[in-house]
Amino acid sequence: MSKLPKSKVVTIDQAMEHCYSGMTVMIPGFVNCGVPETLIKAMIEKGVTDLDVISNNTSVKGRGIGRLVHENRIKHITCSHIGSNTETVEKVVAGEINVTFTPQGTLCERMRAGGAGIGGVLTPTGLGTPMQEGKQVIEVNGKKYLLELPLHADVALIHAWKADKMGNLIYRRTARNFNPIMATAADFVIVEAEEIVEVGMLEPDYIMTPGCLVDMIVQGAPTEGK
Amino acid sequence: MNAKELIARRTAKFFKDGDVVNLGIGLPTQVMNYIPEDVDVWFDSENGVVGLMSAPGEGQPVDFNLVDASGFPGTLRVGGCCFSSFDSFGLIRGGHVAYTVLGAYEVDQHGNLANWMVPGKTCAGMGGAMDLVTGAKNVLITMIHCDREGNSKIKKQCTLPLTGAGVVTHIITELCVLEVTPEGLVLRELAPDVTVEEVVSKTEADLIIPEKIGCML
Repeated sequence: MSKLPKSKVVTIDQAMEHCYSGMTVMIPGFVNCGVPETLIKAMIEKGVTDLDVISNNTSVKGRGIGRLVHENRIKHITCSHIGSNTETVEKVVAGEINVTFTPQGTLCERMRAGGAGIGGVLTPTGLGTPMQEGKQVIEVNGKKYLLELPLHADVALIHAWKADKMGNLIYRRTARNFNPIMATAADFVIVEAEEIVEVGMLEPDYIMTPGCLVDMIVQGAPTEGK
Repeated sequence: MNAKELIARRTAKFFKDGDVVNLGIGLPTQVMNYIPEDVDVWFDSENGVVGLMSAPGEGQPVDFNLVDASGFPGTLRVGGCCFSSFDSFGLIRGGHVAYTVLGAYEVDQHGNLANWMVPGKTCAGMGGAMDLVTGAKNVLITMIHCDREGNSKIKKQCTLPLTGAGVVTHIITELCVLEVTPEGLVLRELAPDVTVEEVVSKTEADLIIPEKIGCML
């Protein structure tokens, strides 16, 4: 007889015990789609600040990751684009937020390397551009590549459509984006799910993130849009 | 027909049935309106979808979980599919996207492209552009031939920081279609009523003028 899996469902306060000032945090989302809005709001309420954020962008003004921008909680961000949020652009120009740009596909590969035990990746993206500065160029079979190093975070905040109580996850449409890759690349993974179901309710072949990657689950809210 | 419509109409004629195509924001998006009746292309959006269609019409349900590359709700055609950003950029970088269509600040005769930053000005980041131009099989640049001061945007050598080196395959402007070849920029087509002399006078880059030049329409 197999044992009953332990539930990882916790209160938002219990989840916030693992979010602290100065941490490196991966926050998924494309513009404001697939962003863990519930967890972001809770971090702001708790007073978490000085964040080193790894994300694709910063949502839009005052929404999603834009809430952290508005409340001055981010000291540095690694991302591919800030253009969708005018407030981020203003704060970067004013020197209030440091930004390190990395091409979107490279961002994905660096996180994958961080989560999959790979020491770096070779990509042709960025060759001959400012992205090449300070990086090793490696030639393989006559083709040149940039060596890009892994990204890893203390905490990843994930937005899922459905989760079972042990953290097996399913995402919806383009809200999937950076969620599954970020769930692999952090020491501690907190999920907010729009719907939490009993273990065994999700079809094993449809699960997009294996529950063994997830540490905690809280009840989330549906994606709000842009 | 205005300049942008001409560019969009001509660009749409590049695609073949079944091609996966990524359209950038702005003028490239307009290309969607001119796909020939007998050609069925699949639109890729780098946030993780192939088969993305335009915004939901009046009365249609809006799903905020399905957005385009600008973050606005889209719709999915039958057979369309969604995947992670990681898979998305695998498709893009791996050469599985037939065409990417983008705008440019500058392009040069070596196929170099600059479209993401101007030193001294606020930079929004490159997003997915560097991966798209590196990985897509064909990189089409759609733009107005000259800048507002009348200077050629098609250079001998780009002066701005590059998005990709040697990546552009074609340039489509309101005056002409240029192909980037190992020998240099070849003038393939002219817009109606535009002469070779006019294109040459408005282009800083060296042009190869073949005997036969087609018409953009």
